[in-house]
Amino acid sequence: MDIDFITQILFAAIKTGTPLLLIALGEVVCEKSGVLNLGQEGMMLMGAVVGFLAAYTTGSAGLGVIAAILMGSTMSLIFAFLVLHLGANQVATGLALTIFGTGLSAFVGSDVVGQTVQGFQPIIIPVLSDIPVLGKVLFTHDLLVYASIVIAITIAFITNKTRIGLILKAVGENPNAANAIGIKVLRVRYLAVLFGGAMAGLSGAYMSLVYTPMWIENMTSGRGWIALALVVFASWRVGNIVLGAYLFGLASIMHLVLQGMGWSISSNLLAMLPYVATVIVMVIISADQFKEKLLAPRSLGKPFDPRQMA
Amino acid sequence: MKFKSLLLSLGLIAGMNAVHAESPFKVGFVYVGPVGDHGWSYEHDRGRQEMEKHFDGKVTTNYVENVPEGADAERVITQLARSGSDLIFTTSFGFMNPTLKVAKRFPKTTFEHATGYKRSKNMGTYVLRTYEGRYVSGVAAGMLTKTNTLGYIASFPIPEVIRDINAVYMGAKSVNPNIKMKIVWVNTWYDPGKETDAANALIDQGVDIMLQHTDSPAPLIVAEKRGIRGIGQASDMSHFAPKAHIFSIRDDWAPYYIKTTQAVMDGTYEPSDFWGGFKEDILAISSINSNLPADVKAKIDSTYEAIRSGAFHPFTGPITSNEGNLVIEDGYTLNDTELSQVNWYIEGIDDKIPN
Repeated sequence: MDIDFITQILFAAIKTGTPLLLIALGEVVCEKSGVLNLGQEGMMLMGAVVGFLAAYTTGSAGLGVIAAILMGSTMSLIFAFLVLHLGANQVATGLALTIFGTGLSAFVGSDVVGQTVQGFQPIIIPVLSDIPVLGKVLFTHDLLVYASIVIAITIAFITNKTRIGLILKAVGENPNAANAIGIKVLRVRYLAVLFGGAMAGLSGAYMSLVYTPMWIENMTSGRGWIALALVVFASWRVGNIVLGAYLFGLASIMHLVLQGMGWSISSNLLAMLPYVATVIVMVIISADQFKEKLLAPRSLGKPFDPRQMA
Repeated sequence: MKFKSLLLSLGLIAGMNAVHAESPFKVGFVYVGPVGDHGWSYEHDRGRQEMEKHFDGKVTTNYVENVPEGADAERVITQLARSGSDLIFTTSFGFMNPTLKVAKRFPKTTFEHATGYKRSKNMGTYVLRTYEGRYVSGVAAGMLTKTNTLGYIASFPIPEVIRDINAVYMGAKSVNPNIKMKIVWVNTWYDPGKETDAANALIDQGVDIMLQHTDSPAPLIVAEKRGIRGIGQASDMSHFAPKAHIFSIRDDWAPYYIKTTQAVMDGTYEPSDFWGGFKEDILAISSINSNLPADVKAKIDSTYEAIRSGAFHPFTGPITSNEGNLVIEDGYTLNDTELSQVNWYIEGIDDKIPN
């Protein structure tokens, strides 16, 4: 196992982990505001199909990404209206959104199944990419991978160091208190949900425009659900999410790499590897926080009714 | 009054007779993947469409795609039988037991199961000699590889897949004694995401010719992107990888579907274990890339002809398995039943068959 090989594996791990990272980043912002959006799969798939269709008909992958973001936001807007304005149950509505998005995307995309588009080309950053190992692993990716890192850093910064972050967390921890001091709880939640939807759409676009530049029904294969679990296991911390997403990517690759190397472990067991590995690592990371319970936003999943005082 | 009611009843009888006229023969198809897979299911559907056109209104067809192998399959096949299908084709190995079960419950309907080995009074099987196409693939791969490492993206460890892996290796070994194969099991017939990952993982390990037993063009797309070559599976995949594509092993189901439907309609159908390959033109080598060197093209053609004419059969002994057993004796050629039970790797494949 030489250094080149390890470099390639790490490179592939980052690439594979990126769709997971994108969607988890969106969901963590959404959940920090106290809204549990289980509709990730549906929004991701709609983003993927719409982004693909846009790129297919216009020939521009960039337009595809924009279309996907808009679609993801639109889907989450429906969710936000039902949940925030009408007070519908968040879990049930999110599940309905997933089922709706999955079916609608299959219908919308039925004409272009199996077609391909010219996706994003990798952008090789000069100088930095010449660093041995790390250079190839970190600095020879395509635009969306870089974007995901930038977004992650931005979210971490905003959440932890700015007033906006504070407002977001306040709304998630104690909406009644936040409302009492004049924060517009519903508006904050709307924006958080919209951001989550946009990221889901972006993640979908990554799947259908970069990862496998084709549209196939259900192509996200459960990544939305994994992302939801990842957010929980990462204790709603952005740094942990990044780590978890790439770890999942690494384990997914290892399952295939080990087989290719001739390891005769049952391929089914190897396929479990990513999920098991992610769970183990996350448990270890949050072990010392067990006493404080998981750092879930206290009002996660509970509807906020402005008319009702605590 | 009496006259009117007489007229009315006459009219009703006439109407009913008109409705009760020749109802077309109904044929149902069950696909494991989407017809848009541009691979296995796509070709079955093309066969279905050509068959329907051939019968010009006397036959109506119906298909259900994306049917998972297992309990869902049983539901779908039952539904097709219950809604009046006279003949049902189930097009994936994993539909074997569900088809058998439903065939027992609907003795008046005829069932045909692709790539399986269980039959009954009203259920036959039809199998492709895919190993013929694989042998030619191996020959081409062995000649074109520079790293002497071939990659095989395998779906499930069933006899058909093991057979094909052996055939590729044999073909490659016959022109290149230094050949090695890397096999990856993805446990799916169709999952472009996984197939992409598998292809990338194989290329990272030095593979420079990609072969696949899965149904999407994803591995070829990866091959094209990373500058290696590959062979298309089940349908013509040349437009996905214009430079990387060597050729595609194409399935053509129309002649078989027409023949079987006619037989059932005529009442001459007998359930059988049909094996078709190059000779029956049910399997073909298509879109041989013009950028291949002339000697490779010539060898592809000559190997194809040799197999098609019956002069050469890939599974002719002496063949030793990679555990040292003589699995085919000198001069002996496996018959179809034995072919359907191949559960060994040929000597030279450094791997174990997963269970």
